[in-house]
Amino acid sequence: MTKDSPVVSLKEVHKSFGALKVLDGVDFSVGRGDVLVLIGRSGSGKSTALRCIDRFETIDSGEIHVCGHRVDAPDIDLRALRQDVGIVFQSYNLFPHLTIEQNITLAPVSVKRMAKAEARERAAAVLAQVGLAEKLDAYPEQLSGGQQQRAAIARSLAMQPKVMLFDEVTSALDPELTGEVLKVIEALAADGMTMVMVTHEMGFARGIADKVVFMHAGKVHETGTASILAAPATPELAQFVGTGF
Amino acid sequence: MGGSLNANHLLFLGHGALWTIGLSTIALIGGGLLGFLIALARVSPSRAIRLLSGGYVQLIQGTPLLVIMFLGYFGLSALGFSISALMAASASLTIYVGAYFGEIWRGCIQSVPKPQWEAAEGLGLSRTQRMIKVILPQAMRIATPPTVGFMVQIIKNTSLASVVGFVELARAGQIINNSLFEPFLIYAIIAVIYFALCFPISALSRRLERRMGNGRTKLMPA
Amino acid sequence: MGLNLDFSVVLERWPLFWDGAVMTLKLAALAIVFGAIIGTFCAVGRNSGNRLIARACTLYVEAIRNTPLLVQIFLVYFGLASIGFKFSAFSVAATALAINVGAYTAEIMRAGFESIPTGQIEAAEGLALSRFQIYWHVILLPATEKVYPALTSQFVLLMLASSVTSQISAEELTAVANYIQSDTYRAFETYILVAIAYVVLSLVLRAGFWALGFALFPRRRRLGTAL
Repeated sequence: MTKDSPVVSLKEVHKSFGALKVLDGVDFSVGRGDVLVLIGRSGSGKSTALRCIDRFETIDSGEIHVCGHRVDAPDIDLRALRQDVGIVFQSYNLFPHLTIEQNITLAPVSVKRMAKAEARERAAAVLAQVGLAEKLDAYPEQLSGGQQQRAAIARSLAMQPKVMLFDEVTSALDPELTGEVLKVIEALAADGMTMVMVTHEMGFARGIADKVVFMHAGKVHETGTASILAAPATPELAQFVGTGF
Repeated sequence: MGGSLNANHLLFLGHGALWTIGLSTIALIGGGLLGFLIALARVSPSRAIRLLSGGYVQLIQGTPLLVIMFLGYFGLSALGFSISALMAASASLTIYVGAYFGEIWRGCIQSVPKPQWEAAEGLGLSRTQRMIKVILPQAMRIATPPTVGFMVQIIKNTSLASVVGFVELARAGQIINNSLFEPFLIYAIIAVIYFALCFPISALSRRLERRMGNGRTKLMPA
Repeated sequence: MGLNLDFSVVLERWPLFWDGAVMTLKLAALAIVFGAIIGTFCAVGRNSGNRLIARACTLYVEAIRNTPLLVQIFLVYFGLASIGFKFSAFSVAATALAINVGAYTAEIMRAGFESIPTGQIEAAEGLALSRFQIYWHVILLPATEKVYPALTSQFVLLMLASSVTSQISAEELTAVANYIQSDTYRAFETYILVAIAYVVLSLVLRAGFWALGFALFPRRRRLGTAL
């Protein structure tokens, strides 16, 4: 991987679920430190595209390169890929039987063989980063949705990923709780984290995106800087931005 | 008999299998009737009846069927009844199955959604009407899969009637073995016959369960 | 009809009852520990991608669940003997009981595994945990917690069912009772006392599992959620 090669790149990616074509020749790439925002209606393929990056979906044809891993290769070392890529889901998916600290130290200790004491220090650090320093010993169900989602972000950060994926991370939250999560993501972007995210928060996308990819019917329908949200070139994007969904 | 396994032995086993089915039927009917009464008693408005029936269930579910068999056999004769092994086995199985059915069906009655009880009450139906017209028909639907499932337990449990000398399938096997002494072969045949009796009922129970919309999705990593 | 009960001659032999009860608990404990291990592996096996392993596990579970324990015990007892192994009645009984409860455990654990949401597993995969680590850290404990009541009921039933091993002369509680009743000719009294002993044993076992639950599931302890 050369210095300037993209951290994530998709080339001519095709994928079908049975007869349904979800990805129909998708191309995009993300440079180091950039924030790429995927938008589009539900069913447009944006979440599938995101999940393909971490190989939660396999593709039918095309190429996906992530941090020097050839993701579409059948013999890919999945665990190596996933040490480089952090992913945060809509439904937080914290482990309910573990405390927040145990949730965070689990992967560093068992995957990276980090010493327990060091992992605990790191847990404290990433929790402070998302503003939850005092929740170390809480169980997930004792936290609000927004707090759980921040804890889930902290859990990914503890693995020190090279790129972070966010899959509609605020969609399950009450509106008054989305702000605190978005703020954490903004801070990450300011720190120079490379990110790919699927979101419905247009205002947020406008503020944070270095690149916007509008997906429609499994294709990249329009792409550009955040300015395309203010001045769409295609009627589909115009309609999407107009209605919000 | 004697010598090697021959058609007479198989006939004898077949006879035993028929008694296994017969005893299972007796236990199903007897235990079913008793269990129905117990289920009703467990949701009775009277606290005393609820406690009494609950105590019965706890007691029976805390005692091995084998011991209940012995109690039925020796107890009834201690009471002065001269009884056959069939009577002792039938009485014991009825007492045992009644407790389990009672508990299973209580759960089913209580799992009929609360609004149904309230709606029936709101219509001014009496307690009996409510039970018969509204609650029981719904509870029966819920109860079908576990009831069918428990029938497998009944069939298997009749094998314990062999300890009081009742000649059902397991006892028939023991008798043949006493003359042939080929235990592994004979018990393997017995096991296969039990399997043939039980497996279709197990499969039916599972199918019913799935049809009840208890359809869980497969969630494990591939 | 005259029913006169005399418990005294039976009660005199209480040390025998005590030994039998201890033996029953030992037998049950061994069978439960090994059965839990067998059952868990089997539940994992049925979920594994390997068709052959999954089939073998299903065959085992169905064979055990659809045949009587009594017949299984005879098969293990005479089966081991016929291939030249000579084990004590106690070891044979423990083996047969473990094989039996293993199948029920497998079925219950499978339901537990299926209750774990996909998202939990994806999150663990996303954190680069290996398959083994996912089973160990993310699936096993919450799944066990979910099915713990069903599991422990099954274990209590197993303890009660261990009385069947008296038929191959394992010297547990029921075998002791058989001996005492033939010695005293007070069969009804003997079995009444033994029935009471089993009820007490099952209460003891239930209490033990309840306490064990708090040790196994710290979250329950902390949040005070009932098992």
